[in-house]
Amino acid sequence: MKMTLRCLSVVLLPLLTTSALAADAARNPRLDDQTQLPKAPARPVGQTYFQPPAEADIPHNAFGELVRRGQDLFMNTKALAPQYVGNEMNCVNCHIDRGRKPNSGPMWAAYPMYPAYRKKNNKVNTFVERMQGCFQFSMNGKPPAADSEVMAALTAYAYWMSTGVHLGKAQPGRGFDEPPPPKGGYDIARGKVVYDKQCALCHGDDGAGKKVGATSVFPPLWGKDSYNWGAGMHRINTAAGFIQHNMPLGRGRTLSDQEAWDVAAYINSHERPQDPRLVNGDIDETRKRYHADDGVNLYGVVVDGRKLGLGVQ
Amino acid sequence: MSLSPTRSLAFCLSASLLALPLQAGAADGEAIIQQGGANPAAMPCMSCHGADGKGMAAGGFPRLAGLPEAYIAKQLADFKAGRRENPLMQPIAQALGDAEVAAVAKAYAAKPKVNVKPGPVERPKEGSGAWLALRGAWDRHIPECTLCHGPSGVGVGDVFPPLAGQSAEYIEAQLRAWRGTPAQPAGKKTKAVAAVAPTRSNDPNGLMRHIAADLREAEIKAVAAYFAGLGESTEPFDESQHRLR
Repeated sequence: MKMTLRCLSVVLLPLLTTSALAADAARNPRLDDQTQLPKAPARPVGQTYFQPPAEADIPHNAFGELVRRGQDLFMNTKALAPQYVGNEMNCVNCHIDRGRKPNSGPMWAAYPMYPAYRKKNNKVNTFVERMQGCFQFSMNGKPPAADSEVMAALTAYAYWMSTGVHLGKAQPGRGFDEPPPPKGGYDIARGKVVYDKQCALCHGDDGAGKKVGATSVFPPLWGKDSYNWGAGMHRINTAAGFIQHNMPLGRGRTLSDQEAWDVAAYINSHERPQDPRLVNGDIDETRKRYHADDGVNLYGVVVDGRKLGLGVQ
Repeated sequence: MSLSPTRSLAFCLSASLLALPLQAGAADGEAIIQQGGANPAAMPCMSCHGADGKGMAAGGFPRLAGLPEAYIAKQLADFKAGRRENPLMQPIAQALGDAEVAAVAKAYAAKPKVNVKPGPVERPKEGSGAWLALRGAWDRHIPECTLCHGPSGVGVGDVFPPLAGQSAEYIEAQLRAWRGTPAQPAGKKTKAVAAVAPTRSNDPNGLMRHIAADLREAEIKAVAAYFAGLGESTEPFDESQHRLR
């Protein structure tokens, strides 16, 4: 009898866990939306990236006003929507050139891909829900409501920028075009050398970034004012892509794959605000549930004798 | 005795200032600004950079008032070492001792920092100087100037100096110093012009030279005019305020 029960539980436990996860996902629909869409295609040789419309072409009517408001929010998120931003990040920090630059998470490539099913939260996410994820994780804040003015404006901006793009078709230049993992892996100590030489000038030795008055100019890369442990940028692979294409500012594509991975690992081996999905206050549980299969990341991993993922406030 | 205009101005100024009580010590920054360094070749800074340290547009002499101490010290070191070439400034920098460089940098940094009153979001026209300053030209990998030099170009940290408060003459000259001038082939009515090598190579991590190299002549003029035109607010710099971009 005992034996039978044990056998049954072996069979049933995974089922129970799966259904519990599904129920939890249903209760907290925004908690887990960091899954990547399928990889964007490479840009065919001789072709240019999609060209979004010019700013001068934003119409002078009520719609255009909302688009301009969206662009203002995109560039000045902390200053104009402080109630939703818990750190010193602005949309434009990761989405360079106002969300227009290829391989810097351009809005014209993201907008046409939603709504999209995402395996991790087992539901179809709208574009607004995807942006709510940005506020919750990358900006370590409180997502604006789906029907809020802020979301309406940001959506209008992304929609306008996508004028003429093929709906539902993955565009070259979407996301951050991650370089392949280096054969010998990454090295945090080597990454520090790259950081000190190439990044510290603007982001500081302490990674805290630089401000002018109350306004963040160079965003913090770790610490309490940076993206949290749930943000897509905490993945070394994602950060490596962003860095290689866009950093140092104006001198993108100058770091090798190895350097990009090393420096991304160095940056992402520092503490940052806790993952808001923290499961029962347990880093190991949270890693198992949300980080173990989420690209390459150091959440819950012991580095130099210290387990990462404690979070900072 | 014949004196150049700059020399005679310096002479008059220092003669009139000699009557003022001076603090002891060779490395008194304010004294060097007003009277020059221990070596007579280190002329008083104010004879070109102005009594208030805000520079003189006509001569292309930059504002030094309120610039970061480390930035000024670095520029003087770079003039000495030839990483920043200028026939007027290099001999002066070379005549300043290390203690004098440090004192002068400190004295200028202590003067009022340029302030531009925070305003609403600007809507620049494509192709204008404001556009380059606020939007950049990312198709040529040129970030907007304000991304590194701060909103309204008020400067960021010790490395990115303010562009606000500087004259168009000075900003243009620096962009050309980083860029050099490309050679011009002879035209039907014009003679060939030889290339001029860049005279500035002291930009940290080479962040500035490629930007200057990719700028068009009209853009250099337009963006310099934009920052010069921002003017200066008489209000003190308010660290608690947000600045929109």
